[in-house]
Amino acid sequence: MQVNNNNEFQPLIVAFCCNWCSYAGADLSGTNRLNYPTNVKIIRVPCSCRVNPMFILRAFQRGADGVILCGCHPGDCHYTSGNYFTRRRMTLLFSMLDFLGIERDRTRVEWVSAAEGAKFAATMNEFTEAVRKLGPNRRLEDLRCRKQ
Amino acid sequence: MQEAMIKRAKELLADGIVDRVIGWKKGEFSYDHTPAVFTSAQELDESFVCDDFTSANLSKYLVKETIREGKILAFLKPCDTYSFNQLVKEHRIDRDKVYVIGIPGGPKLDIEKIRARGITGILNVRNENYTLKIETIYGVSEMPFYEAISVKCESCKSKKHVVYDELIGEDGEVLDSNRFDMVEKLENMTSQERYDFWRSELSKCIRCNACRTVCPACTCEKCVFENPDSGIENKAAADSFEENMFHIIRAFHVAGRCTDCGECSRVCPENIPLHLLNRKFIKDINSLYGTYQAGENTTDKAPLNEYKMDDCEASIVHERGAE
Ligand code: SF4
Ligand code: SF4
Ligand code: SF4
Ligand code: FES
Repeated sequence: MQVNNNNEFQPLIVAFCCNWCSYAGADLSGTNRLNYPTNVKIIRVPCSCRVNPMFILRAFQRGADGVILCGCHPGDCHYTSGNYFTRRRMTLLFSMLDFLGIERDRTRVEWVSAAEGAKFAATMNEFTEAVRKLGPNRRLEDLRCRKQ
Repeated sequence: MQEAMIKRAKELLADGIVDRVIGWKKGEFSYDHTPAVFTSAQELDESFVCDDFTSANLSKYLVKETIREGKILAFLKPCDTYSFNQLVKEHRIDRDKVYVIGIPGGPKLDIEKIRARGITGILNVRNENYTLKIETIYGVSEMPFYEAISVKCESCKSKKHVVYDELIGEDGEVLDSNRFDMVEKLENMTSQERYDFWRSELSKCIRCNACRTVCPACTCEKCVFENPDSGIENKAAADSFEENMFHIIRAFHVAGRCTDCGECSRVCPENIPLHLLNRKFIKDINSLYGTYQAGENTTDKAPLNEYKMDDCEASIVHERGAE
């Protein structure tokens, strides 16, 4: 969580982006001069399936208010099938977080190709607003990591 | 039952078919039996036991036992045979080194349920026609047998042995159990209520790691919780994040491999209902990817090790019922 000069809540969004599609998609949205919020911090991963559940939890621990995982569209994974495993894994993880009472709208998986700069920007705008509405992450934060 | 088991074990030892037997050994009291390996007829006579309190699942011990030379006889209850199969499938147990005798399952008793009635100083517990006679240092108390059965036996999923070399007693059927009822009840609560429920449960955790240590699905040579570089190694949880994290990761690591044997909840000194976390995964897997019972056989691919092109998207979680 961050607070801006007007003391308004600024959600911190961590976006895990696969190198081959979504990271290039983010790049494209930049070269196209499309806006997406500065709240979004991108972490590049070789493939969406590199992200294990611990990464998501760690992001929340260190202060993220929302975590989004972006990868190639099903069928397009650079490593053929990584994102299919991602899909099952994350579905079960998100469901478990929901089961533990952690707001499910703080997590998301989105498929963004290297050609979808506009989709990347739109997704990030929308997700940031959704998390902003939820307010700061309290249920899965580590008090020792709180900034203020 | 116990006599028949000892007799058969002695025969197999004498014939040289096995050179060790894994079973349960009498404890100091009639309710604290522990798993043990026996090597002689004399040891079997002295301390082998099988009764209402021998609930420990012996499968996991076979991981270490089958690394050793020779063959071991294992007595497995129906639920334990699922764990056994799962371990064979994961190449953790050498099937050829085990002689499996299937024995009837529970219901087994849980001494904590007796203690929860305020009965203390327990010396001995006897089952007389499904009424428990509990001898204590203060006299004799009674309680109905079925009110003291362990949580895992309350929702038994199967009386059928999925693997055995021979059976003592009858084989049963896979049961239509009520094991997802409580999971469903939680699912129908609001997210705040669920959060409060789990806070009150998980905050009791003392991170003794017993649930991990006993679990037949947790057989990693080096567990993440033992890796000092992981930042999450064995130690008391510092705050609610670490409590949540430990339980999410533990349950996730066994997702698709957990046979729902119930050992984790049984050994938890804080009586945290860990089986609800495991069953949540099982329930989700069943409903999203098709019914799957870990340990049912040694051939089916685990649900997290495979995929279908038309699997549902993760957004299904966000679209479900009430927040
Ligand atoms: S908790 Fe995970 S790493 Fe540890 S033994 Fe279990 S499955 Fe292995
Ligand atoms: S998680 Fe619990 S129920 Fe599942 S296999 Fe391990 S000990 Fe048994
Ligand atoms: S057995 Fe219970 S108290 Fe011990 S680590 Fe597991 S959940 Fe925590
Ligand atoms: S390489 Fe993009 S999801 Fe696998």
